[in-house]
Amino acid sequence: MATATVRLRGFGWRHAGRRRYALRGVDLSVGRGERVLLLGPSGAGKSTLLAALAGLLATDSGQAEGECVVDGRAGIVFQDPSTQLVMARAGDDVAFGLENLAVPAGQIWPRVDAALRAVGFGYPRARSTHALSGGEQQRLALAGVLALRPALLLLDEPTANLDPAGAALVRAALAAALPADTTMILVEHRVAESLPLVDRVLVLGGDGTVTADGAPAQVFAGHGATLAAQGVWVPGLAVPSRRGTGPAGPDLLAGTALGYRHPGAATPALSHVDVSVPAARALAVTGPNGAGKSTLALLLGGLVRPDTGTVAATAALAGHHAGTPPYRWRAATLARHIGSVFQNPEHQFLTGRVDTELALGPRRAGLAAPAVRSIVDELLVRLRLDPLAGANPYTLSGGQARRLSVATALAASPGMLVLDEPTFGQDRRTWCDLVDLLAGVRDAGRAVVLVTHDADLVTALADRRLDLPPGPADPDPVAPPARVAVDGVAAAGAGDRPW
Amino acid sequence: MVSQPLPLARPGAPLARRNPVAKLAAGTAFSLPLLSTLDPLTPALGLAVALAAVPGFGVRYRDLARRSWPLLAGALTAFLTMLVFGTVHSGSTWLGLGPWRLTTGTVVAAAGLALRLLAVSLPGVLVFASTDPTDLGDALVQNARLPARFALGALAAFRLVPLLGQEWRLLGLARRARGVDAGRSPVARVRLFAARSFALLAGAIRRGTRLAVAMDARGFDSGLPRTAARVQRVGPADWLLVVLAGGLAAAALAASLAAGTFRPLGG
Repeated sequence: MATATVRLRGFGWRHAGRRRYALRGVDLSVGRGERVLLLGPSGAGKSTLLAALAGLLATDSGQAEGECVVDGRAGIVFQDPSTQLVMARAGDDVAFGLENLAVPAGQIWPRVDAALRAVGFGYPRARSTHALSGGEQQRLALAGVLALRPALLLLDEPTANLDPAGAALVRAALAAALPADTTMILVEHRVAESLPLVDRVLVLGGDGTVTADGAPAQVFAGHGATLAAQGVWVPGLAVPSRRGTGPAGPDLLAGTALGYRHPGAATPALSHVDVSVPAARALAVTGPNGAGKSTLALLLGGLVRPDTGTVAATAALAGHHAGTPPYRWRAATLARHIGSVFQNPEHQFLTGRVDTELALGPRRAGLAAPAVRSIVDELLVRLRLDPLAGANPYTLSGGQARRLSVATALAASPGMLVLDEPTFGQDRRTWCDLVDLLAGVRDAGRAVVLVTHDADLVTALADRRLDLPPGPADPDPVAPPARVAVDGVAAAGAGDRPW
Repeated sequence: MVSQPLPLARPGAPLARRNPVAKLAAGTAFSLPLLSTLDPLTPALGLAVALAAVPGFGVRYRDLARRSWPLLAGALTAFLTMLVFGTVHSGSTWLGLGPWRLTTGTVVAAAGLALRLLAVSLPGVLVFASTDPTDLGDALVQNARLPARFALGALAAFRLVPLLGQEWRLLGLARRARGVDAGRSPVARVRLFAARSFALLAGAIRRGTRLAVAMDARGFDSGLPRTAARVQRVGPADWLLVVLAGGLAAAALAASLAAGTFRPLGG
């Protein structure tokens, strides 16, 4: 091994106010120019390790033990593009770090241009950072870090918030832009897509120690099953398929000629969409970014009123409420019949404890205390949240928060469930839990609507698919072509991913 | 992706191009003296000068009127309020209804207040409409010697503001999805508003913290002196703008003194 960029000896870190160490007894050495994929179950301390290497663990924010040495400068790219771009214009954002390092003014712009070129950023320097897609923003964030010529590049799930096209942009930029002598440590759930970028795989166990270390093929051959059980997306391992087998139930909800324009937007997010939602079926809504998938979820969820067209519930879903459209129902009525799960779980948390969060829906529906208790207990166990019953929802990990947000919608026993990107950035274990849970919901005769980019999820769960065409890039007086609802996705074959 | 307000000014205009700190100083040097008198003539002259300078900032009158309508509405409200409740009575009585009188003095005082409001705020509107926030941050650090931690930190935080509107809407929809609404109860409405505001604030703090960490990771505020990629200079034209602004305000006061309308504040 060449000179080491990273050396850890018995390293440990405990966040202030926590009893448990996030990391403990980590011995590790990473050589110059090595490309490492860092894996481990949710909560194993991957992000803490990256923060330690980036020098972001302030001494007053916790307690360290052992030794952590980084030879040279470290740079880090985080998950959320919107909170790591600092400046209004792309070029200025790359220049920001160079200014901080007191690079002479004459050298700044040549280095900015070189970094933007290296990541394949296709716009002029003056491009507004707000006008970029998520994938482009992450490319820009990468350019901002690479311009500083770090010896060690750290990436903390850089594609978890992106759709497949955006994630591919970021991986292509990484493959093209990384200098040969730059060491890289990548944390990423989606292993198969990341493997071309790395030559070594390192696994942190649940107790914060290194449990496997070596070439990717060797690690997955030796530890594949264990890693999969811990939630790692081990490449080549099939995911469970839970297609519906029973007959479709009656239609619960129908949308006709739906159109919607967000307040202040120049073009409609959605126009002329027809859709029906039958019971005992899982409907996947797919399509590129900007096609209006999330907007359709809000319309079907009874959360916003369509500008054109109608959303109508049937008596099979809502009994005597079927006479009025869902967006006019009182909130309590809505939650009893249509559950909505938002992309960001934190938007939906209303209380300070996991168990009261689950009890809220059934209690508002007027259930007696013992009935509420039994619903809460069952969901806690079902979603492996029982050890966290007293925890604050905002302190949960990404996977735990996602499971809780789905559980809160289910607690009110709605006849129909609408989920927006439920599997975004989830580890394999949470992913399988969600598929199981949603298959159970569907097989119990309820309807599931999935808005998703996740091809595996569509393959595993969806009985029908509604593919929305790209949104109107510019105002077009001609109506876009009618959307086609495809019945029986199974006919396309499990390996077939046309989108 | 979030929409930003469209820029009001053409960036190449001669006054828009001036150094942001110089523009701020000129605006202050112009507005402050106008506050020293209660007569309508001084602010009327000041307003005329400011309006004459509008094309120099690359702003079209139509856009200015559209953007500053709250200001116009405020001035009109102040004018009408003073007409009704004004206690300065002098000159001829135009209208009398019982104890209430409308006199020349009332009208003059009301016009003075409304004109002052417009004359003092219009320069500020012009300065901010014609100044790019990034340039302002740069100039505050480089020319006004403000700490970068403050000026650039505020600039970065400012960029997260448009996200708040989106966030507020999502929080409301998510509450409805959870079965929570106020119905007709005003008490529930207030409680719901408070809870939603708190959630908005908590989310803003979480995002702000993430942004601060990302800035630290790129070496911000590490104690080293920063260099400047975009250099902001204060040139002769910038000094001239400040001096001219102060001089024009002084000229308006002198005209008021000469015309005998000058009424010092508190005098």
